[in-house]
Amino acid sequence: MKTKIMKNVLLASTIPLLSLGSINGFAATELSLWYHGAGNPVEAKIIDQIVGDFNASQSNWKVALQSFPQESYNDSVIAAALAGNLPDILDVDGPVMPNWAWAGYLQPLNINSAAIEDFLPGTKGYWDGQLYSLGLWDAAVAMITRKSTLVEANIRIPTLAQPWTLTEFNAALATLKQTGKYDYPFDPGLAWKGEWFPYAFSPFLQSFGGDIIDRESYQTAEGVLNGDEAIAFGEWWQMLFQKGYSPGNSQDSADRETGLVEGKYAIQWNGNWTALNMLKAFGDDVLFLPAPDFGHGPKIGAASWQFGVSASTSYPQGAADFIQFATQDRYMTAFSDAIGLIPPTKTAAAASEHYRQGAPMATFFELSAQQAVLRPVTPGYVVAAKVFEKALADIADGADVVDTLDNAADEINQDIRRNLGYGH
Amino acid sequence: MQKNSSSLTQHNRSGWLFALPGFGLMMLFIVVPFVFAIVFSMTNQRLISPNPTQFVGFENYRQLLSVNLLVLDPVSTETGELKQNTDGTLTYPRIRTFTRNNPNYPHLQGMKEWFSWQWQDKQVAILASDPVFMKAVVNTFLFVMVVAPLQGAFALALALLINQRLKGINVYRAIYFMPVVVSIVVVSILWRFIYDGQNGLLNNLLHSVSFGHLAPVDWLGNPDTALGSIMAMSIWQAVGFHMVIWLSGLQTISPTLYEAAKIEGASGWQTFRYVTWPGLKNTAVLVLIVITMQAFALFAQIDVMTNGGPLDSTQTIVFQAVERGYGKQDISGGSAISVVLFVIVLSISLLQRHFTREKK
Amino acid sequence: MSHSSVDHHRLRLVVRYTLLSLIALMFIFPLVFMLVSSLKPDHQLLADTASLRAFLPVGDISLSNYDKAFERAPIFLFMFNSLLVTAVTVVLSLLLCSMAGFSFVYLNWRGKQLAFSIILATLIVPFETIAIPMLLMVSKLPWLGLEGLTWGWLNTYRVQIVPFIADGLTIFLFTQYFKDLPRELIEAARVEGSSWWQVYWRIVMPLSGPVIATAAILKFLVMYNQYLWPIMVTQQEQYRPVLVGLQYFFQLNTAWGEVMAYLTLITMPVLAFYLVLQRAFIASIASTGVKG
Repeated sequence: MKTKIMKNVLLASTIPLLSLGSINGFAATELSLWYHGAGNPVEAKIIDQIVGDFNASQSNWKVALQSFPQESYNDSVIAAALAGNLPDILDVDGPVMPNWAWAGYLQPLNINSAAIEDFLPGTKGYWDGQLYSLGLWDAAVAMITRKSTLVEANIRIPTLAQPWTLTEFNAALATLKQTGKYDYPFDPGLAWKGEWFPYAFSPFLQSFGGDIIDRESYQTAEGVLNGDEAIAFGEWWQMLFQKGYSPGNSQDSADRETGLVEGKYAIQWNGNWTALNMLKAFGDDVLFLPAPDFGHGPKIGAASWQFGVSASTSYPQGAADFIQFATQDRYMTAFSDAIGLIPPTKTAAAASEHYRQGAPMATFFELSAQQAVLRPVTPGYVVAAKVFEKALADIADGADVVDTLDNAADEINQDIRRNLGYGH
Repeated sequence: MQKNSSSLTQHNRSGWLFALPGFGLMMLFIVVPFVFAIVFSMTNQRLISPNPTQFVGFENYRQLLSVNLLVLDPVSTETGELKQNTDGTLTYPRIRTFTRNNPNYPHLQGMKEWFSWQWQDKQVAILASDPVFMKAVVNTFLFVMVVAPLQGAFALALALLINQRLKGINVYRAIYFMPVVVSIVVVSILWRFIYDGQNGLLNNLLHSVSFGHLAPVDWLGNPDTALGSIMAMSIWQAVGFHMVIWLSGLQTISPTLYEAAKIEGASGWQTFRYVTWPGLKNTAVLVLIVITMQAFALFAQIDVMTNGGPLDSTQTIVFQAVERGYGKQDISGGSAISVVLFVIVLSISLLQRHFTREKK
Repeated sequence: MSHSSVDHHRLRLVVRYTLLSLIALMFIFPLVFMLVSSLKPDHQLLADTASLRAFLPVGDISLSNYDKAFERAPIFLFMFNSLLVTAVTVVLSLLLCSMAGFSFVYLNWRGKQLAFSIILATLIVPFETIAIPMLLMVSKLPWLGLEGLTWGWLNTYRVQIVPFIADGLTIFLFTQYFKDLPRELIEAARVEGSSWWQVYWRIVMPLSGPVIATAAILKFLVMYNQYLWPIMVTQQEQYRPVLVGLQYFFQLNTAWGEVMAYLTLITMPVLAFYLVLQRAFIASIASTGVKG
């Protein structure tokens, strides 16, 4: 038994040696690439193809892909960075990028800004005036429901030009609740913890007129996260749960996934990535509607995963070449067709199955182009996002709105101070 | 450590040779990192940051542990009468007017309400600079005080039950042990289905047992039931493990003692009281210590099931340490929590030892 | 009279077995749920949680979740990694910790009190709280291997093994057990001229079946369920263990059937390990007659 184990240990430790040897046979320099798509076969296929095509297209660089499960991707990267073990190219969630750039994990991306001029704003990661990351897609969120649901309840179908107002939306929820047909009229999706909260709900706060942090200075949350507008948002948010309009923090993630299709919910706040399923379930009846206008215009979150170049690489040009190669229309279209993501350019969208003019999900492209707002572009976002998430969860559970927002603002401010202003 | 080992002579060389490999590894991989953590806790070290690290002394601890008292007089009307709400209760000024930018109360700046109560016509509020951590400490203690005795007792009962010569007893033993075999992360995922507030298994069971009289409870979503639900699941998950420890203790008791007890006609209880229990003393110490340590380290269940909510009712010390150190990238604050936890548990075990010694 | 006593005996047996079975039911139902669910398509799995059907393999039953799970992740690789890391750690841990325990109970040496206090104190340090300093440390540690001297332990098996070989709990487990062993045996052996190693290896260890089994199970569980640490130190799929593999299954729209299939698969080795050890465990009970 023991000798067998030893044999396996020896075997296993020689494998990397052998593979290293074989790579050295080529003249190409190896570039390591980290990606968050482990466990997703469809995504893996496309990214594998991009890597394969790139390696075949030139002889200077050879990209080697290492995939990570998304749930723990950020932890893996931070641990690797602490240990001085980052790859050459890595993907990064848009709002986290400034944090990694500020911390010195990423270096500016050497891609001509003219080449990416027509990309959707949410796909371009700028920090401190420089481009650090670039995405192959954006994501957008919409109010997903069925035409028949609204028509039956006599609720106006909103448009991009004329979204629901706050009063209209509240009235719609009350009406839907009264029908008694649904467990909850509106599912914002509290089952999804973490980044979903700021991504999906901070645009609501912005539409009310508040924000997570003051974007003029990026030095304080006072007055924006706990000002009158924010308090109005908080009270509205709490009302959703108190009146039984929305399922709270203990929502089952399975319900989140199936609740709309099964008719437990009437309206769901959900992303374009579920749109394919909804189309399959409801066909023509499905509606992807813009966010309500809570007073300062309808808003949704922007920015998804993007590629960047690590600060420690010796080959920034090769890394940038790969990223530029990957952001070709055909790959962006391929991602879009396969998993329903929004292509960053008009041309890629026009070529795509779901987003070309008149296609059922074209709304999302327009939503993304017209209403999308970035989450605060600051290294402090990572902490602010956590604080925001907890505040919203607590308010949904019935905590005092004013005190909770005050405490959240205090905590964010304290964190900014402790980080000497995060380099703004 | 062993009193009677003084009868043996000194064996410095052999002693060290036997102990060194294990002890050395522990020094390198537990003690050294922990010393680092202590050092971190005295600095403003961030998980990731380009800013230079500075020594800040006990600032992290002050931020974590400061508490203060604020006594509020009820609001009175212009005529000097106490202002009453429609239901007869008194109104008090909001605590935030004292703790946020009030030049008259600089010592309360940034503090938050932890809890408060009524005393005559005044409101007494306990403020903490970090009430979430305070709640985490309280919850952790509650968890330990409930789980340690219950889990130990249930495990012993199971061990006694399973320690009989019956056909097929091995099958039962294996089944009781099964939850232990499954990772706590996996168990937590499964129990989310059980505790689900809408169509969870537990609610369905209660519904049918009570013929529909019990309304469904949102076990993990209700601040009153969330911690209790996690306690129940934790006991369920680990009781089999402690059963095995008790069993290995039971097997060190000589069968001749039981035979003697039988000959003297001792009842079941008497046999337990005078033969079994005295023979389990070392095991009992072991079980108690292991359970207590595990309970203080409560983390995975919280991380998978509640994230500390609802309304901080399931915050725990280790969850807070991780949430800060990694989630909020505040490794110095997270380390300070670790050190506080260490000091708390160390004091408890020293106290415990002190008291058990006096009894002798 | 003898007739009624037989009846009485039978009744007691029935009561005992009923009690045992009821308790068994309490412990096993979530696992039955897991196993049964792994055979169902997602929509049925979720619908069934509302009734007793959750525990019954009824409806659209198939192994297709297992097929899909194998497509999603290299499950055998993860299981191999976990089992390798676990097995090596358990064996080394049993050896080093029992030696340390032996030294603490039977040998007298300078600094023993202090060393034992330190070991007890380490019980209070949850791993989560020292993970970061440890990461910083192992990323710079040297290693002398086939390739010569290398620095940094990331992306290896050893980084998942060496830090966990010795722990306070296992040492403590051994000391508590050794204290109950009859001292006369050891003293007699010493009088006959046995070395301490012979006493340890020939007398003490053969008597320690139950505690070895207990310590092995405990260590096995801890190691097989490692999660936080592998995420931090294995950036290559090649070295990832089973619980990191579990993350592969939590995508935006989680396929619960596949999750259950994966959970069932990774639970089997641990269960098998326990069942095998249990037999060793029972065998060692028979040999404990010498004690007292």
